Amino acid sequence: MKIGVLAFQGDVIEHLEATKKAAANLSINIELAEVRTKKDLKGCKGLIIPGGESTVMHKLCEREGMFQEMKKIAAIFGTCAGAIMLAKKIEHADKDQKILELMDIQIDRNAYGRQADSFEEEIETTLGRMNAIFIRAPRIKQVGSNVRILADRKGEIIACEEETQSQYLLACCFHPEMTSSKFHEHFLKKAAERE
Amino acid sequence: MTEKGTFVLKSGLAQMLKGGVIMDVTNAEQARIAQEAGAVAVMALERVPSDIRAHGGVARMSDPKKIKEIQEAVTIPVMAKCRIGHFVEAQILEALKVDFIDESEVLTPADEQFHVDKWKFKVPFVCGARNIGEALRRISEGAAMMRTKGEAGTGNIVEAIRHIRAVNDGVEKIKMFHQRKDIGELEKIAKECRVPIEVVMETANAGRLPVVNFAAGGIATPADAALCMQMGVDGVFVGSGIFKSTDPAKRAKAIVDAVAHYKDASVLAKVSEGIGDAMAGLEIGKLETKMAERGH
Repeated sequence: MKIGVLAFQGDVIEHLEATKKAAANLSINIELAEVRTKKDLKGCKGLIIPGGESTVMHKLCEREGMFQEMKKIAAIFGTCAGAIMLAKKIEHADKDQKILELMDIQIDRNAYGRQADSFEEEIETTLGRMNAIFIRAPRIKQVGSNVRILADRKGEIIACEEETQSQYLLACCFHPEMTSSKFHEHFLKKAAERE
Repeated sequence: MTEKGTFVLKSGLAQMLKGGVIMDVTNAEQARIAQEAGAVAVMALERVPSDIRAHGGVARMSDPKKIKEIQEAVTIPVMAKCRIGHFVEAQILEALKVDFIDESEVLTPADEQFHVDKWKFKVPFVCGARNIGEALRRISEGAAMMRTKGEAGTGNIVEAIRHIRAVNDGVEKIKMFHQRKDIGELEKIAKECRVPIEVVMETANAGRLPVVNFAAGGIATPADAALCMQMGVDGVFVGSGIFKSTDPAKRAKAIVDAVAHYKDASVLAKVSEGIGDAMAGLEIGKLETKMAERGH
């Protein structure tokens, strides 16, 4: 199974490491690829969109002309900026900012404020307890009825997934790749289930 | 329990900036051009380094009004510079909620003996280094990100390359002694660098600087930026190189593309084409002030 990590910018290495660890824990063989071109995307069953700056990622994906191919990947996992990329609707977008518009969530960019408001906290998720790192994090404001919540905090959704016939989508407002491989294990299992 | 201002959060923001270009801007319009081009963050300044050189005199922290203007203009992180050792300028920048403070040799140093004690702050700091000793000292003072000093405002990449090599050599030496389990030599390095052995061990275990490391000082072309990336830095700062060129918007975009595709020479060739003239540039030997020598 080929899993790509969008590698233009952001915490790419952390995602590569977490994915390797997850595959080892599950004893499955995967091919990990750093994705910078349409060619790199070929054959990817899963794609991970890392944390970073969503405005930068969309520009680089667009300049590469890979938006349409990205939308077709069977399983996509986005953290922080990656979650913004997955959303159908976005608030406080940068001028002309484009997103993949795949997942039935509405997300507010940098909703928690500047770096001074970044925080870490122990959270409960359906995948277990973990330390969650929120860095200039986005906030999920609304989700569709088909979206399953994996974690919330003070009534706000911070991790969720959506399964349709054609696709599996997983979004986190925080950075599980910095502290755990549980979300990556969950993602690999879901990706493996796809056709 | 909710925690703020931890080292994980500080160094974590630096990790999110990896693979990106941080651009010096002096007003809202430039900040918007930088964001539009794909900058991952901007550095809010009153004057870019080449103008600081030309004007002479004491260079200080920017007017807060300038910083606020830039914060309002963009949604990406905003950094600002304080003078080396000037912890009150740093307090002011923290109060302004800048996302990162650059304790920078580009400004005139305020303290010749001490840098800012960065552990006391919740806002992350980036500092410059010419070699492994300077890098490890800044990290042990609490820096969450490093960059080369290079020679700012010259458009000349030679000093940044020297500093990347020096830091890389230092890391290699630490890795070698670590592989040989030669604790005596590692302790000697810690002593030479005047840092606790823990920082040396962290470097040994990581096999690299324990925080994100960018190139800075003298980057003027897409090729300069890709050269630094191929030598192993995590991203680049571009100061005077963009807004002192003839077509800043084009050059900014080209440098962003060059960093994203730094290993792909065909992309580099494409983005280097027809982007106007780079800043004129200065020879290091003829400089009156060598900024890189400030703060060690």
